Amino acid sequence: MAVEHLVGAYHAWASNGAANAPAWLKTLRDTGISRFSELGFPNMKQEAWRFTSVAPIAESSFELAKPASALPSLEAIAPFLLDDETSHRLVFVNGFFAPSLSLLSADGVRVESLAQALADRPEIVQAHLCKYAASQDRPFCALNTAFVREGAFVHVPAKAVVPKPIQLLFLAVPGKSQQIVMHPRNLVVIDREARASVVETYAALEPEVYWTNSVTEVVVGDGARIDYHRVQRESARAYHVAATQTHQGRDSTIHLHTVAFGGALSRHDIGTVLAGPGGTLILNGLYLLAGRQHADHHTTIDHAADHCESHEYFNGVLDGHSRGVFTGRIIVRPGAQKTDSKQTNNNLLLSTDAHADSQPQLEIYADDVKCTHGSTVGPLDPRALFYMRSRGITEDQARRLLTYGFAAEILGRMEVALLRAQLDRIVRDRLAAV
Amino acid sequence: MKKGKALLEVKGLRVAVAGNEILKGVDLTIRDGEVHAIMGPNGSGKSTLAQVLAGHPAYTVLAGTAQYEGKDLLDMKPEERARAGVFLAFQYPVEVRGITNSYFLRSALNALRRERGEPELDPIDFLQVLEAKLKSIGWDDSMMNRPVNEGFSGGEKKRNEILQLAVLEPRLAILDETDSGLDIDALRTVAEAVNQLRNPKRAFLIVTHYQRLLNYITPDVVHVLADGRIVRSGGPELAQELEAKGYDWLRDGVMVS
Ligand SMILES: Nc1ncnc2c1ncn2[C@@H]1O[C@H](COP(=O)(O)OP(=O)(O)OP(=O)(O)O)[C@@H](O)[C@H]1O
Ligand SMILES: [Mg+2]
Repeated sequence: MAVEHLVGAYHAWASNGAANAPAWLKTLRDTGISRFSELGFPNMKQEAWRFTSVAPIAESSFELAKPASALPSLEAIAPFLLDDETSHRLVFVNGFFAPSLSLLSADGVRVESLAQALADRPEIVQAHLCKYAASQDRPFCALNTAFVREGAFVHVPAKAVVPKPIQLLFLAVPGKSQQIVMHPRNLVVIDREARASVVETYAALEPEVYWTNSVTEVVVGDGARIDYHRVQRESARAYHVAATQTHQGRDSTIHLHTVAFGGALSRHDIGTVLAGPGGTLILNGLYLLAGRQHADHHTTIDHAADHCESHEYFNGVLDGHSRGVFTGRIIVRPGAQKTDSKQTNNNLLLSTDAHADSQPQLEIYADDVKCTHGSTVGPLDPRALFYMRSRGITEDQARRLLTYGFAAEILGRMEVALLRAQLDRIVRDRLAAV
Repeated sequence: MKKGKALLEVKGLRVAVAGNEILKGVDLTIRDGEVHAIMGPNGSGKSTLAQVLAGHPAYTVLAGTAQYEGKDLLDMKPEERARAGVFLAFQYPVEVRGITNSYFLRSALNALRRERGEPELDPIDFLQVLEAKLKSIGWDDSMMNRPVNEGFSGGEKKRNEILQLAVLEPRLAILDETDSGLDIDALRTVAEAVNQLRNPKRAFLIVTHYQRLLNYITPDVVHVLADGRIVRSGGPELAQELEAKGYDWLRDGVMVS
């Protein structure tokens, strides 16, 4: 029923609000919606969804978001901003671009709304959009593609260096009358030997129920580098489903950081393809959950070329009745010799009712490679606790410090200092100050 | 005998771990300013004694007492013991993930300062204290921004214990095989640091397997712990005798008597 409802909403929208789109885009959308209606919502019998039920989403009805009746003030969104530390900022409210809250600069780098990019110079968008994030077997991605309209578009031309981070902020201001769904679609293209850093944030001002279904594609050219930070600070009652797909060229570097603090139910699919030799990838994630929060991270690192390096670190801190799911799939294709891949997933259970599932999946089809993985699920290390107490630190403080350290390990790898400090503060507050 | 006040008085201490009795009646008195060495075969219970004095929850006291500054040490939590001036340099220092060495050390020092009614040190004041202590053990600050003991070499971990000792300035310092795994230069640096820290108000209990360390740090008393009991105590010459003869002659003695 929810599937029909969404399909119906699509047709209403396609014949009205989205009717004047170019043919290629219409085709893309139509393909998206038909794929979604074929696939339907995933269920727990499917391998990729074994630990996560999307019934709360499938069984509710969500209306396509409309522009907020009033935009929040800059002061109201200040806690999510990076102030002077940004070169560009795009703010979206309920999925609609809000120029008055954004910060644009004409410096040869294109940072604009996707709708704008589609209207002005669609060639590069057309060249990349939907080329990386596969919708074939992913219903949420197909659904997002059906509703492709708005989101962030970033294009850094060859050899350009963007000195300060580019911030993309997605705010939900749903209002009380109905539950809304947003389908933000982002495309980030970093050309050959360019360098940039991005902070993509999802947040809400009120603890409302809504659904974000976002897809971000990041393409990094030969010798280029991106530091990509993704921050999920949705309302604790929200549903957040997302896919981040990267594709990187020869000798390029991606540092992809992700934190999940919010959402009643969140699922983040992260797919990365090391498509050219000599690539480096750091995939660094933290989930900090409490209450009945459920967060599922489904990561795939595809070593499609030789001499690439990937380091994956995911830490989960689980309190209350929360549940963390981590799947770490690593594929080493035939011919991807000299691959060096490390994966760790550590889960800290702060309560006996918290639960973590950790599944490494290694598929190695080359012989001269180094692949290691390790995962842990458990309470705080009693040896470390005693060590700290033996130095005069109370048991209570030792627990908080160790928990903080567990999170700080991940935050410490982030390049954007101001963001790191903001997240550090959130972690400290959550742990009642350390 | 020496005149100092008894700082630590252990009587008839029997301790079990995982259901096995390891210490089978230990008596030991350490006075202010004294340096005691404990030697003995592997598995004889030296670390058990050290850990139980520091308050490790895995060890069960079956019988006996331990008075520290006239108070019941065994009744105190580990952090209370530390705040009262007991310090254990671990045989196997523990890695603490995500917490930098300097943050850890400052938290510990501030915990002790609070106890003494002294103001807490902010990062800048702490750095000054730290610089001076680092100098005393011949270290620069390169280890300070790394997570505690994580990825440290065996020798670096041991030195880190001595750095903590120097910063926390305990009254009773228990060193469990701090000399094991140190190269010759590091051994000398550690010994010098201990000698510098030696004073009439501070006592040491040094667990070691080697006479070597005791060439640098001359102990007042040497004890031999075998099979959970102190089977012999004597002056520094006892360590030399052990180095020459091993432990067998003592074990035989115990069995005969
Ligand atoms: N947590 C524990 N669980 C089980 N057995 C233990 C534990 N701790 C110590 N033991 C046992 O107690 C005995 C004494 O150990 P202890 O570490 O005190 O010896 P030690 O004298 O310090 O030896 P070494 O010289 O090798 O360091 C050993 O047989 C050891 O296996
Ligand atoms: Mg020992």
